[in-house]
Amino acid sequence: MPAVTAFLPDFRNTPQIDHVGVEERAARFTKRSIKTESKVEGLKLTLNMIDLTTLEGKDTDGKVKQLCYKAMHLHDAYPGLPTVAAICVYPSMVAVAKKALQGSNVKVAAVATAFPSGQSSRDVKLRDTKFAIDQGADEIDMVISRGKFLQGEYNFVFDEIAAIKEACGNARLKVILETGELVTYDNVRRASEIAMYAGADFIKTSTGKIQPAATMPVTLVMLEAIRDFYYRTGKKIAMKPAGGISKAKAALHYLVMVQETLGTDWLSNEWFRFGASSLANDVLMQLEKERTGVYQAANYFSID
Amino acid sequence: MAKSSKNIQPTLKFNIKYAPAPESVSAASINEQYNLFINGKFEKPLSKKYFDTINPATEKKIASVAEAGAADVDKAVKAARAAYNGHWGKMPAKERAKYIFRIARMIQERAREFAIIESLDGGKPIRESRDIDIPLAANHFFYYAGWADKLNYAFPNRNVSPLGVAGQIIPWNFPLLMAAWKIAPALACGNTVVLKPAETTPLTALKLAELIQDCDLPPGVVNIITGAGETGAALVNHPDIDKIAFTGSTEVGKIIQRATANTNKKLTLELGGKAANIIFEDAPIDQAVEGIINGIYFNQGHVCCAGSRLFVQESVYKEVLQKLKDRIATLIVGNPLDKNTDVGAINSKQQLQTIQKYIAIGKKEGAEMFESSCALPNKGFFCRPTLFTNVAQSSRIAQEEIFGPVLAIQTFRTDDEVIEKANNTPYGLSAGVWTNKGSRIFNITTRLRAGVVWANTYNKFDPVSPFGGYKESGFGREGGLHGLNAYVK
Repeated sequence: MPAVTAFLPDFRNTPQIDHVGVEERAARFTKRSIKTESKVEGLKLTLNMIDLTTLEGKDTDGKVKQLCYKAMHLHDAYPGLPTVAAICVYPSMVAVAKKALQGSNVKVAAVATAFPSGQSSRDVKLRDTKFAIDQGADEIDMVISRGKFLQGEYNFVFDEIAAIKEACGNARLKVILETGELVTYDNVRRASEIAMYAGADFIKTSTGKIQPAATMPVTLVMLEAIRDFYYRTGKKIAMKPAGGISKAKAALHYLVMVQETLGTDWLSNEWFRFGASSLANDVLMQLEKERTGVYQAANYFSID
Repeated sequence: MAKSSKNIQPTLKFNIKYAPAPESVSAASINEQYNLFINGKFEKPLSKKYFDTINPATEKKIASVAEAGAADVDKAVKAARAAYNGHWGKMPAKERAKYIFRIARMIQERAREFAIIESLDGGKPIRESRDIDIPLAANHFFYYAGWADKLNYAFPNRNVSPLGVAGQIIPWNFPLLMAAWKIAPALACGNTVVLKPAETTPLTALKLAELIQDCDLPPGVVNIITGAGETGAALVNHPDIDKIAFTGSTEVGKIIQRATANTNKKLTLELGGKAANIIFEDAPIDQAVEGIINGIYFNQGHVCCAGSRLFVQESVYKEVLQKLKDRIATLIVGNPLDKNTDVGAINSKQQLQTIQKYIAIGKKEGAEMFESSCALPNKGFFCRPTLFTNVAQSSRIAQEEIFGPVLAIQTFRTDDEVIEKANNTPYGLSAGVWTNKGSRIFNITTRLRAGVVWANTYNKFDPVSPFGGYKESGFGREGGLHGLNAYVK
């Protein structure tokens, strides 16, 4: 699918961000009280939005197979749980994951484009992407060239995203901004616009390799960029905060933020994901607590 | 006149439901009947009259409260005078400070109870009474306790002394906070006090009286008497009062100023407002939208400094309006005690009727109305967050204080135009400016005739910062160093 708007956005229309104000607004979402039915509903939705992730140099076929099984069977002791949304791995593991997930709805996402630094040539990044696609990836998580972005070379960043989007074919493209390296909210907002106009299907906060990763204010800035893009073009873009969200309560706060910024239409794993490795077990623990009234020890939940 | 806004509708779909999370009323102890707090004791009113205070969210009676007649007022003023002439006026300042610190700490200890009663009696959301009203009230006592023994530094080269007995009349929109604004500086400067809370929201002031009793504050230093306008009039006209401090409507403020003219009574008035909240095209738009919401829908718009007139630069008008409407759709209106509630109950039936009257006027004037589509509870006094576009400067909804969740929106093109429009009002309490340009902030704020001007934020309060108005919004300042000035000679 070609990019809907193959031109660099007009930054005169890009609102400035007041960091005090945006942090205050983000804190407000955490004041919503979520209990009983709405909590259980939110927790199950959270599970269904997780991109279960393993991105280690030491990953093996065995580890990925295990994770794929977990993706489909989060906690069989609790009947009726959803699966996660996707498994997120390096390109070399895509084929293994694809095979392990056969017959399920769980997607396979591959990080590509010289993840996590993005420090390589356009040619290598394109071949990295094509390799992942050939292996069967349903989704590609690319990183932007932060160095170029910070130097003000927006056209370079834009063209790179557009080229990768083309290489993705039918796979959905997630564009990682690595907000921890962009530092300011104004940069995050601007990078979000570049990514969306260049054809991103998702915008994503972080690789998980840099601190700080996803925070609520950064995610809010990106959600507002998605909303403004929707106002202007009518096209929905999905959002994925990644890294640092490991508690069920935090995940619920993110859902509140999505619901109150973009509306209920965005509350499905087509439009919102959590990139996380340890979040699922905390959510499971909370669900069991709601069901049985008591907390169970961590060892009752499989680690992967 | 503004550009047409007919085609701008909320764009996003919101179907926000959270499980109810009401604060438990059982955490607050409320008596069935309250007497007058005079000379350190709760005394039955000589008038023998009581009135009911109701919960505006359910219209049910909470308690009956004594109505102070002229004889009761006299008794309270005499007690205050005796305390002033006796122990309190002569007490070393650092001893006075200890009592004020004690009040501050005990408000913190009982914060939850105060918050619940504030929301129960006044209708404001528990989130606000818990996070803003009560902590700020405690902060005011802390802040002025610190000043008590440092008045020589506050007024260098002057040897200041207290005024004597202060009569203080406070409104229903921030009951405990206004009591703190009034009592804390008065005590810090060595005055004694007779305070009258509003008739619709007397309970937190009476709980404060209980707290003051528990603090062992010497009898008569703080007296709290309840009643309506007549009680207030008796207090204002009492010959042995040295100082009147009033917060409330401009109408009543004028009456008080007439009554105290030709007397020795010192006077400070904090009255109404019709603040301009100004959004420039280079503003951080999303945070500005949040500021608009906070400016007008905070405390159901029952805020004298509410940003009730919105001026948006025409180049960003469509964008601001669209975002504003989508944001309004997410506001939760309902039970004030529910932690998820954003907009609580209108304080009284009378006030609801006033707001509805102005909404009808706005429609009749040809302005275009938009209100949130949220469901309202069947019982109680509630009003949806509302805004009007196509408002003219001459519209009554743009000129008169509504004191409710109703916003009047106009557009502007140049700095000069917006300053002229913003200042074209008999009021001058507050204003807001939203722009990313520092130079513009200084240019605009110095030309706005308003006591408090916020830049890139709205409705922020701090004990250190003085608060008060220009023109018909009153005179005198409360809070900060300036707040001490009203209680010394």
